[in-house]
Amino acid sequence: MSKLRAAPDEADDGYVPSARRIERERFRRTRARRATAVAALSTLVTAVVLYLVITGSPGWPRTRETFFSAEYAAKALPKVMEGLLLNLRLLVVCGAAVLVLGLLLAVARTLRGPVFFPLRALATAYTDFFRGLPLIICLLMVVFGVPALRLQGVTTDPVLLGGSALVLTYSAYVAEVFRAGIESVHPSQRAAARSLGLTGGQALRFVVLPQAVRRVVPPLLNDLVSLQKDTGLVSIAGAVDAVYAAQIIAGKDFNFTPYVVAGLVFVALTIPMTRCTDWVTARMDRRRAQGGLV
Amino acid sequence: MRLANRPLRLAACATVALLAAAVGCAPQDESPGGPHAAGPRQQSCDRGKLATVADGKLTVGTDKPAYAPWFHDDDPASGKGFESAVAYAVARRLGYDKGAVDWQTVPFNNAFAPGAKKFDFDINQISISAARKRAVAFSSGYYDVRQAVVALKGSPAARAKSIAGLRHLKLGAQVGSTSLDVVDDTVRPAQRPAVFQKNDLAKSALKNGQVDAILTDLPTAFYITSAEVKNAEVVGQFAATGTAKEQFGLVLDKESRITGCVTAAVDALRKDGTLAALEKKWLTDAVSVPVLK
Repeated sequence: MSKLRAAPDEADDGYVPSARRIERERFRRTRARRATAVAALSTLVTAVVLYLVITGSPGWPRTRETFFSAEYAAKALPKVMEGLLLNLRLLVVCGAAVLVLGLLLAVARTLRGPVFFPLRALATAYTDFFRGLPLIICLLMVVFGVPALRLQGVTTDPVLLGGSALVLTYSAYVAEVFRAGIESVHPSQRAAARSLGLTGGQALRFVVLPQAVRRVVPPLLNDLVSLQKDTGLVSIAGAVDAVYAAQIIAGKDFNFTPYVVAGLVFVALTIPMTRCTDWVTARMDRRRAQGGLV
Repeated sequence: MRLANRPLRLAACATVALLAAAVGCAPQDESPGGPHAAGPRQQSCDRGKLATVADGKLTVGTDKPAYAPWFHDDDPASGKGFESAVAYAVARRLGYDKGAVDWQTVPFNNAFAPGAKKFDFDINQISISAARKRAVAFSSGYYDVRQAVVALKGSPAARAKSIAGLRHLKLGAQVGSTSLDVVDDTVRPAQRPAVFQKNDLAKSALKNGQVDAILTDLPTAFYITSAEVKNAEVVGQFAATGTAKEQFGLVLDKESRITGCVTAAVDALRKDGTLAALEKKWLTDAVSVPVLK
């Protein structure tokens, strides 16, 4: 191993590592091997202990049957996937609406100039209210309160109403994230843009927002994942999403396996979403670095 | 060398400790109840001396809110309402007078969670089924259930005369209820039914016109139409499906040792006419409601 690694050096400049260095490297390698072995062993031991503790616990046979029953998993999966369609539809539509509305609110809050005061005040009141209002209350009010008004032409569809409640709450969260991003852009950026002759709007559009958005992608993803999980709350009005589909089976047969299935499905959804955002962020960083540093 | 050895030794110690904990803890919890014993052990049903959760007390669980006509004013301890009365009658049979009955709030979904139960039995309009028997133990049935349809007066749903007449409607029912099973298995509606966490939400949706009709058990249907949604009516009831009739049972822990005693008490109450008398006292007579076929 060491010969191989040292070979190019030798060829280049005739460098011969001293006996001391070779000894030092050998020592380091043994330490590294040893560390790997210890880590592997301790991981193995931990796994075995966890396995023994869990499977050896007195309630394990009951727990396995109620939470990890293959029969109920097979029964639940098709219904859970069917319910998941509702979650995904809500996620895509509400997610898009939340991003747009959140960005508009954030921009409204960061506008300068006295003429914009009412807009700023409204946006502030909106974010304060909907960020503080518990989502479940917001949902109950919109889903059952709005139809109770018996307004002509207003939908009573629980999915549409629930979706709007989600947008109301989440756009307030996302607006704050965007605002933090906008305010994190150094004022010199705006000053530089204006001194180049860009208008205030142009400076926002071409200089401030691109930097702000790039900075807040990770927290935005957090909010999106959170939204993805909360789409299920729409089921309060009777629509059946993945979690609720699981609950229906669990309540019918008194077995919790469907919940485990639904949980795993959501985790499986979140992981590709995270990888996708990582990829988007990396691409944005690459673009920023294009042309090299000056 | 000595420094480097420390993590190893630590790991070894930790392993030993963990293993000891794993091996040491496990059997301890096993002694009471004894899940590996051949089936739940029965004990003698001496009056007032059952192996209950709290010594000398009978702990009875139900959900909150506790709905009428099964309970009165959301107060299970009042003795008023059918299930409250049944719980006290069973308790008396077992040798526990009114003061020796403690009520516990047990959400529906917790009644069947594995692990130690904090109730001796749970009474919450829970229908007995073979699948559910794999998770909990049931006493014999204390009430024969029929499912019914509730719709707003004058609505198209209220004019349904048959099961086929319900098929094109938007129906609603509570999650985990056998009402939902009737929707899925008997009515098989064209539209996906709405499923609600609580009957209260189903009632709101009915009032708002978000669903055309909701299904509940017949006594609840009567209560909804007489006290809660006055412009609604009971459209009809379903005949008992299949060979086995649907019955509500008291839910006990699968490993409970008093299941036999509770079942014997319920059987005795049925035999001596107590259950029939309580039904007559607290639940509206169902004869007048047409049966949907």
